[in-house]
Amino acid sequence: MKQFGTFIKKEFYHIFRDKRTMMILLGIPIIQIILFGFAITTEVKNSNIAIWDPSKDNATRAIIDRMATSKYFDVAAYVENSDEITPLFRKGKAGLVICFSERFNENLLHSGKAQVLLIADATDPNTATTLINYATAIIASGQQDMISQTNIPFRITTETKFLYNPQMNGAYNFVPGVLGMILMLICAMMTSIAIVREKETGTMEVLLVSPMKPILIILAKVVPYFVISCVNLATVLLLSVFVLGVPVAGNLFLLILVSMLFIFVSLALGLLVSSLTESQMAAMLISGMAFMMPVMLLSGMMFPIESMPLPLQWLSNMIPAKWFIIAVKNLMIKGTELSAVVKEIAILCIMAVVIVIVSLSKFKNRLE
Amino acid sequence: MKVIEADNLVKRFGDFTAVDRISFEVEQGEIFGFLGANGAGKTTAMRMFCGLSKPTSGIGSVAGFDISKKPENIKRSIGYMSQKFSLYNDLKVWENIRLFAGIYGVSKNEIAIKTDELLKRLNFESERETLVKDLPLGWKQKLAFSVSIFHNPKVVFLDEPTGGVDPVTRRQFWELIYEATLKGITVFVTTHYMDEAEYCNRVSIMVDGRIEALDSPKNLKQQYNAVSMDEVFHQLARKAVRKSE
Repeated sequence: MKQFGTFIKKEFYHIFRDKRTMMILLGIPIIQIILFGFAITTEVKNSNIAIWDPSKDNATRAIIDRMATSKYFDVAAYVENSDEITPLFRKGKAGLVICFSERFNENLLHSGKAQVLLIADATDPNTATTLINYATAIIASGQQDMISQTNIPFRITTETKFLYNPQMNGAYNFVPGVLGMILMLICAMMTSIAIVREKETGTMEVLLVSPMKPILIILAKVVPYFVISCVNLATVLLLSVFVLGVPVAGNLFLLILVSMLFIFVSLALGLLVSSLTESQMAAMLISGMAFMMPVMLLSGMMFPIESMPLPLQWLSNMIPAKWFIIAVKNLMIKGTELSAVVKEIAILCIMAVVIVIVSLSKFKNRLE
Repeated sequence: MKVIEADNLVKRFGDFTAVDRISFEVEQGEIFGFLGANGAGKTTAMRMFCGLSKPTSGIGSVAGFDISKKPENIKRSIGYMSQKFSLYNDLKVWENIRLFAGIYGVSKNEIAIKTDELLKRLNFESERETLVKDLPLGWKQKLAFSVSIFHNPKVVFLDEPTGGVDPVTRRQFWELIYEATLKGITVFVTTHYMDEAEYCNRVSIMVDGRIEALDSPKNLKQQYNAVSMDEVFHQLARKAVRKSE
């Protein structure tokens, strides 16, 4: 046991003396949360729009004012004819152009019908859709105001309600994803690299010749990464609660428990990789390609799983991060009870057991 | 007293016989040179003696323990150092000593006392707090050897310990080896440098998994009518059918 302690200390030295790596390990959660939280949001803020308003009457004025005062849009240009629109898009001066029909107010009052054409730059379809949605919503609310002022009921308005995330806050969605990705990175990738490094430098041989039990050697390598993962878990949760304002709606204890389970699965994956590879480069490539990419692409973190082709949906079932992310979304954002995540927990447990058994047997074979 | 005994040891990997019926004995305090071209089976044999792999057939013992049945006891009684291994580069000199001594169960007090002693003897006192990566290769090797015998093992296995080291440092390294044998430590060493083979009490030369010659360097030279061990080695190694790795 004393030897085990000495050994864990050694592993911490390895990590702490490699300042750059340590900064990355501890800095990654902070940087990612801030990046995803403030820079890479799917929300649209202060987008430049252009207006083509041949009518210039009260109704159009009112709508334009609403657009300009909303936090989503900045009116960047006014155009006088249709020829000016294309250059605006080409130069990226505007992402959306709002074109009012002629005699807008008159038409609206007399025939109860007036037209607005929304032209969006759809090179980025997601942004374009969001812009259109926002603009439509603003026009609709302007319309409603006018109805109440004139007392003429001429339109049906639709109402949209967003569940769980009333402000359509992007942060809610990515926090579980970032958590999954960071834990996977540190547990699987860093652990496997650390173990393979000893094989590469030849120190592993010396350790195996020593009376230290091989399983203890490996466990000692895993412990520091487990600790760092816990620190990162705390960082991510604290940042998301206090900086991004994402609440922990459910049971915090349960959330931590599920995260621990996922950390365990990832560590086991790291062990598996380390027993399959001989060089740090290979370990990095395998964990990068086989673990990190699927976490980003197939876990539902960036792209909804429901809209994937069926084979990819099946494949996504094999990714531990998918189940972790579902469980965290339920526990953290929806605030569901234990019963709602039993399935996810069970799947993660099974994965953990299988991976541990496979990697331990591989490890044993290596020694023979 | 026999410290290492091998009786018809065989190690097979599938169809490939890496070690083919080797038999020999090593006395306590002896320096035993274990030579052979790359791929002759030296490493495989050494792994068996270190308790890392079990022989397919045959009997062997190290420090009185059977290599198939008591590998854990063997591991506690031996020291090991290889060319590739030069301690942990990102640990300080004393941290390396403490780590390895700790692994072999040396008590804290003993570690403290012996560390001072060791650093003094090697003239390393000023380097106690130096990271191993900042030491010259020769120093690293000397330190690595001292660490490998820190816990007073019965046998120390040296796998090409002086690879890449200059002749002067190599000479100093061998002085350390002689010092160790005076304490009763048996030295089992593989090397590619034939001048080093001359320093051994007895030398075995492996060809294609078999031990082709085993005697003192002097007798071997006489037997093969050669002026140096280098010549003896080449005469034997030429017989090899197996390709080196």
